[in-house]
Amino acid sequence: MTASPSPSESGGQVVAAGLEIGCWELFLAFGGVGLCGFGGVMPWTYRMLVEKRRWLNEEEFANMLSLCQFLPGGNAMNMAICVGSRFAGLRGAIVAFVGLMAIPIAIVIALATAYQAYGRIEAVEAAFHGVSSAAAGLILAMGLKIAWPQRRNPRVMAIAAVVIVAILVLKLPLAWVLLAGVPLSILVARVVRR
Amino acid sequence: MKGVLWTLAWNFGLISLMTIGGGFSALPEMHRVVVDVYGWMSSETFANLFALAQAAPGPNLIVVALLGWQVAGIAGALVAAGAICIPAFAIVFTASRLTTRWNHLPWYKVFERGLLPITLGLIVASACLLSIAAAGPRWGGYVVTALTAAGVLWTRLNPLALLGIAAVAGILNLV
Repeated sequence: MTASPSPSESGGQVVAAGLEIGCWELFLAFGGVGLCGFGGVMPWTYRMLVEKRRWLNEEEFANMLSLCQFLPGGNAMNMAICVGSRFAGLRGAIVAFVGLMAIPIAIVIALATAYQAYGRIEAVEAAFHGVSSAAAGLILAMGLKIAWPQRRNPRVMAIAAVVIVAILVLKLPLAWVLLAGVPLSILVARVVRR
Repeated sequence: MKGVLWTLAWNFGLISLMTIGGGFSALPEMHRVVVDVYGWMSSETFANLFALAQAAPGPNLIVVALLGWQVAGIAGALVAAGAICIPAFAIVFTASRLTTRWNHLPWYKVFERGLLPITLGLIVASACLLSIAAAGPRWGGYVVTALTAAGVLWTRLNPLALLGIAAVAGILNLV
């Protein structure tokens, strides 16, 4: 754990005591994430929450993301709801969520209208080839940043490796990996102290 | 018209509950509903709309607004987006309240420690899958993925600049 000014260091009951974040700030923060997120918003969410505004530390981010992956809905949407609710209750959850979704939805509909009018534009498609490869790189970097503090924890490294092999090599469906992997991993976490 | 909107709302509401592990997990189900079951669009249109949503900024799930838009215009977009958002919102909000309460309990700590490596594995695996999907047979794509990751880790460049450089590389046909 780093010495960043994180709300959890006071122990579980968090937030309310440490960090007060207004609805407007939440709206702007997640609005910015939504606008930057070409090819995926999670790396931008990480950058905003952990590196820029320091509302969460790496570990809290990873824990919250774990919960979000496990619940229905898009991961980034869920993160906005969790962060908003944690720092400013129901109103916070709503503004963070709307901030993340509203402008991108307007943009994508405008794009679709233009696309219908003008059809494919080759330069845009070519540019997008580059961007989608780079977007994968942003996600990879985020994964490595989360992995770094855990590098000497054999339990975390081994289970993460198993998940990667299950999905990339064995090509198991995500639902299987979650249904089998989550209970097993919790069991291991219970037995192994670290 | 109203009938279509209700059908959209109902189906995307159900899909909302099935999106576990991230937006992409429900993509096959969306395809099944809008293409196979209701015949609202061809498979090709579906793929084009998905590519458009990918090209635009914002969460991947905004593809749902586009699908609704294709079916019933702006009203369709709003209904589909609302249907995919509201059920998940209710569940996640409740869960987030409960977990703040459980945060300091020992069994919840074990639960969190158990989830962490799974999340880590999923992030790295999805980065690899996306890189493979984007690059296809061209090796240039992998170079861009690796250089971008290195750029984030070891330089102070804004990620938007990295994406911009990658876009230029794409236009110059280097990727």
